[in-house]
Amino acid sequence: MPNILEVDNLVKHYGDFAAVKGITFDIKEGEIFSLLGPNGAGKTTTISMLSTLYAPTSGDATVAGHSVTKAPMDVRNAIGVVPQDLALYEDLSARENLLFWGQMYGLSGSTLKNRVEEVLGQIGLVDKAKDRVKTYSGGMKRRVNIGVGLLHKPKLLFMDEPTVGIDPQSRRAILDTVKDLNKQGMTVLYTTHYMEEAEELSHRVGIIDHGELIAIGTQKELTRQVGETETLILHIGENEDPEALISAFKGIDGVLEANAINHEISVITHSAADVMAPVVTKANERGIKIHSIDIREPNLEAVFLHLTGRALRD
Amino acid sequence: MLKTLLIGIKDVKLAFRDRAAIIFMLLAPFLLTLGMGLVTGRFSGSSSSGISDIPVVIVNLDDGELAETLVDIFYSEGLADLVEPSLGTSPEAARQMVEEDKVAAAIIIPGGFTASIIPPSEMGMIVYVGPREIEIYANPTRPTSAGIIKSIVDEYLSRVEEGTVSGQTSIFQLIRSGRISQQDAEAAGQAMGERLQNTAGSEQLAITLNSSTADGEEIEFDVLAYLAPGMALMFLMYTVSYGGRSILAEKAQGTLPRLLVSPTNSTQILGGKVFGIYLTGVTQMLILIGATSLLFQLKWGDTLGVVLLVFAAVFGATGWGMIITALARTPAQVGSVGSAIMLIFGILGGSFISLDQMPTYIQTISRITPNSWALDGFTTLALGGTLSNLSTPITALLTMGGVLFLASVLLFGKKNLVQK
Repeated sequence: MPNILEVDNLVKHYGDFAAVKGITFDIKEGEIFSLLGPNGAGKTTTISMLSTLYAPTSGDATVAGHSVTKAPMDVRNAIGVVPQDLALYEDLSARENLLFWGQMYGLSGSTLKNRVEEVLGQIGLVDKAKDRVKTYSGGMKRRVNIGVGLLHKPKLLFMDEPTVGIDPQSRRAILDTVKDLNKQGMTVLYTTHYMEEAEELSHRVGIIDHGELIAIGTQKELTRQVGETETLILHIGENEDPEALISAFKGIDGVLEANAINHEISVITHSAADVMAPVVTKANERGIKIHSIDIREPNLEAVFLHLTGRALRD
Repeated sequence: MLKTLLIGIKDVKLAFRDRAAIIFMLLAPFLLTLGMGLVTGRFSGSSSSGISDIPVVIVNLDDGELAETLVDIFYSEGLADLVEPSLGTSPEAARQMVEEDKVAAAIIIPGGFTASIIPPSEMGMIVYVGPREIEIYANPTRPTSAGIIKSIVDEYLSRVEEGTVSGQTSIFQLIRSGRISQQDAEAAGQAMGERLQNTAGSEQLAITLNSSTADGEEIEFDVLAYLAPGMALMFLMYTVSYGGRSILAEKAQGTLPRLLVSPTNSTQILGGKVFGIYLTGVTQMLILIGATSLLFQLKWGDTLGVVLLVFAAVFGATGWGMIITALARTPAQVGSVGSAIMLIFGILGGSFISLDQMPTYIQTISRITPNSWALDGFTTLALGGTLSNLSTPITALLTMGGVLFLASVLLFGKKNLVQK
């Protein structure tokens, strides 16, 4: 499939601060590409440059053949944007919001009306279409936010962390919507700091940290970077100090990495079965009670940890 | 162009769905107008005029023709509906009537008033009496009525002075040219004095109670015709700053960045926001005019004049809304500054106190406000003027709006509406 997005060494500086330090990647038509990284990694800045909101300090990108620096208006016609923060008029109804934004994208007349009804159906808000957005739940507002991005049937949809701050049910609905859109042929650039979302949705993932794209590929390609490993997840009590255990675990033969997030200790190893007994023994020696142990196959969290030495989420 | 209109219409819709904005745009000016109407007695009695039958007592201590003429003016048919004069004999008693709130003012014409203007002659000599001033003892609880009495007297005195100066000049010129001798100057002066008396006593005063519309209908002066526009114009400044605030509010709430990533350029967006402010202001003014016309039977005057004046006034005010927004950084700043400007312009512009009662330098400063120009225009229309009488205020308002708009565009150009 041809590339719908080609990013070439995009850089963005704010004064002395380099928010994006020269990223290069492509997205093929029809795929879901996730940009995965922690908060402050440069995901939103990247999307803002690609959507022509910010001018790059240097570098360029082309969307459906149009340069973001030289032909921004053509780029805007080709893309849909679902921003991280809700961008709706709360005193207008969902239908009024969609009608207005559709007009901003050049739709009019019966084409606009029909398309608005179609999108209301897609986002599941036909019955509430006449109510003002300010009466909606957070999840419903997010759905309208997505609906606005779909109105003009863009070639490429940018979704910037669309599930932040919403309930699990609404989150599930959004992820299903993304998959449905993709089945209908929509290409999606999806940014997130949730590994599970990237794993569930994406054909390919780009891992971004401190403004740099540190890894890119399919999930299999990425997890292969950490080798044939497994991860032991130990759940300890809230009053226990995990740091005391980590240095002890690192001394065990077969343990590659050990890290703690809150009261969950991750131990990366080639064979979980070989290290389980010594790990439990070390915990008992220090009087730390282990509530439960899980074994996980390599995932993007592990990849991130392997590449940066830090957890994906603080 | 279409997107500009659509953005503007969207903003009008949002403004009229904001309950707080509705209170300030419509309810507050309407209720204040109603309150002022009640205070001035506009709604009591069968007359539609709030100012009529102003009680005034006149004490004439002079036995001259000019004093008699002034008294006759107050008893003339032309002022029959406006004033209710009575004659007093004692200045002290007249002042007492003012203090007891029985009259709006006492006019005390001192002895020797006529002689001070038309010097008598005795044994062939012209006797100069020296200046004599008419005292107007005004009732402070009836400032409007007292102001009207004062205006009538002032108008009379200005005619007297005009006639006096022209008379004196004429006599001196006649003497210098040798056309009359000094001995004949007295007779010439007396003749001019008689003509002066007739001129000053002319019934055609600058203050006329009645005037006609183009249809020949008589218009009665309505105090609400001054108060209602004053209130509407003051709260118009709230509307334009509210609209300006929405520009920065959209930046904060994310809809402005969303507009900027749609195929809509900055000019269309800014133009749309400005159009929205303008349209909201025009709608507000027309609703207030319609409501006061319907409910208070307020006659605003010539319809075309009113509509075009509204368009010009809102244009001038919108310029101020834009400049405030261009200088502010946050919606809250626009809100605070806008509220302050609303009150200051209301006071300076004559919404509370007639500009005529303010010092000259304040009247000059007031010309930076759209309120003062527009209020001039609305008062002219209410007193029977037409569009042809509005060229000065409309030109001033359009110029004000144009200059401020250009300045704000330059400032917006330097300011990033989103970080770039």
